[in-house]
Amino acid sequence: MAPPLKSVLISMATTQRKAVALISGGLDSLLAAKAVMEQGVHVEGINFYTGFCVEGHTHAIRKKDKAKPKRNNALWVAEQLGIKLHIVDVIEEYKDIVINPSHGYGQHMNPCLDCKGFMVKKAHQWIEENGFDFIITGEVIGQRPMSQRKDTMPVIARESGAGDLLVRPLCAQHLPPTLPEQKGWLDREKLFDFSGRTRKPQMALAEQYGFEDYAQPAGGCCFLTDAHYSKKIADLWTSRGERRYELDDIMLLKVGRHIRPKKHFKLIIGREEGENNFLSGYRKMFASIKTTSHAGPLTLIDGEVSDEDIELAAQISARYSQGRTAEKVEVEFTNKEGVSKLIEVIPMPVSQLDDTWQV
Amino acid sequence: MPHYTLDAKRLMCPMPVIRTQDKVAELKPGDILEVTCTDPGALNDIPAWCRINSHEVISSSEHKGEVVITVKVGNA
Repeated sequence: MAPPLKSVLISMATTQRKAVALISGGLDSLLAAKAVMEQGVHVEGINFYTGFCVEGHTHAIRKKDKAKPKRNNALWVAEQLGIKLHIVDVIEEYKDIVINPSHGYGQHMNPCLDCKGFMVKKAHQWIEENGFDFIITGEVIGQRPMSQRKDTMPVIARESGAGDLLVRPLCAQHLPPTLPEQKGWLDREKLFDFSGRTRKPQMALAEQYGFEDYAQPAGGCCFLTDAHYSKKIADLWTSRGERRYELDDIMLLKVGRHIRPKKHFKLIIGREEGENNFLSGYRKMFASIKTTSHAGPLTLIDGEVSDEDIELAAQISARYSQGRTAEKVEVEFTNKEGVSKLIEVIPMPVSQLDDTWQV
Repeated sequence: MPHYTLDAKRLMCPMPVIRTQDKVAELKPGDILEVTCTDPGALNDIPAWCRINSHEVISSSEHKGEVVITVKVGNA
């Protein structure tokens, strides 16, 4: 005889499964979480902050971008879904992923396969600590980056330790059934078979769910996928003779012009008022140059410099001031201890500004 | 009710939210937390985080590049 409806409902209520969804702020993780929520699972979001996330830093710094609307897309996605979001600072732990990726880098300095494995591993630890049942990601087979190939997806599940607790709702039908599917917590038929780089299935599903506004970041959401940024990290490591970084290093790589006129020092030159203000916060950590006779940038000097180096740095800095065509420009050099001196220099002509100095 | 402060100046998104989240985790429902930031994005992000986690923003203001947001801890 079938059990009374009331006891079935009580049983369902007491055994509601719980999943944590990796929320990047993009469309795929939004849809993946929603697909699982539609099956009656309690979903909460988790977002890992590595220091390399694109999320609005340059907009927050640059004055010309101050008027642009700013939102953290991961928070926005969580709000659209009506779920909690746990943002986790993984800056320190993530350094080993960037510096020593066991699967190597992608096109630039992006360790995508190690990165995804790391995040799923952290999510797996989180569900064990918080009594959740499984993990959701928005991965789609055949989509960039390389962590989303059919041959790399099992690697992530295996190396993260998540195994069959890792559900990829958008391409689940291309993959072996996971534990939540085997146990009946999720109906496999209601999951999806998306593959490849086309975005049409995701856009159609977004429309079906009623999502009209969502982030579609071009080129991903990580600075490590950016060729120019990757070049600056490589330069940082080469100049230091070792592969290491601190959070301040990677923040400064997002700001200003980076010019290395000699192997042992680099200039970080503010491009506008917002960047100058941001860089001024580092004047106790770096020697700096500020033009005084003309409006101009604040320049930080990364490295130990001689008087001859300071003269060269001042000439380059003056080149980017309003006095670039003047006969002489006066600048104030300040060392890390706050001791200042005034110097008069001839701004460096463009013809002498070596292209190879640009980092 | 207890009143706490959090200095999140010179931190950029999402660090002010993370610091707020971690501080709120130590507090009790009804406690008040005043967060000071310099990233203008915090004006959107901290209220958004409060909404999805059932905390209340009592006030927010921006003056001379500093953002001050006062949060009343909810029952989340």
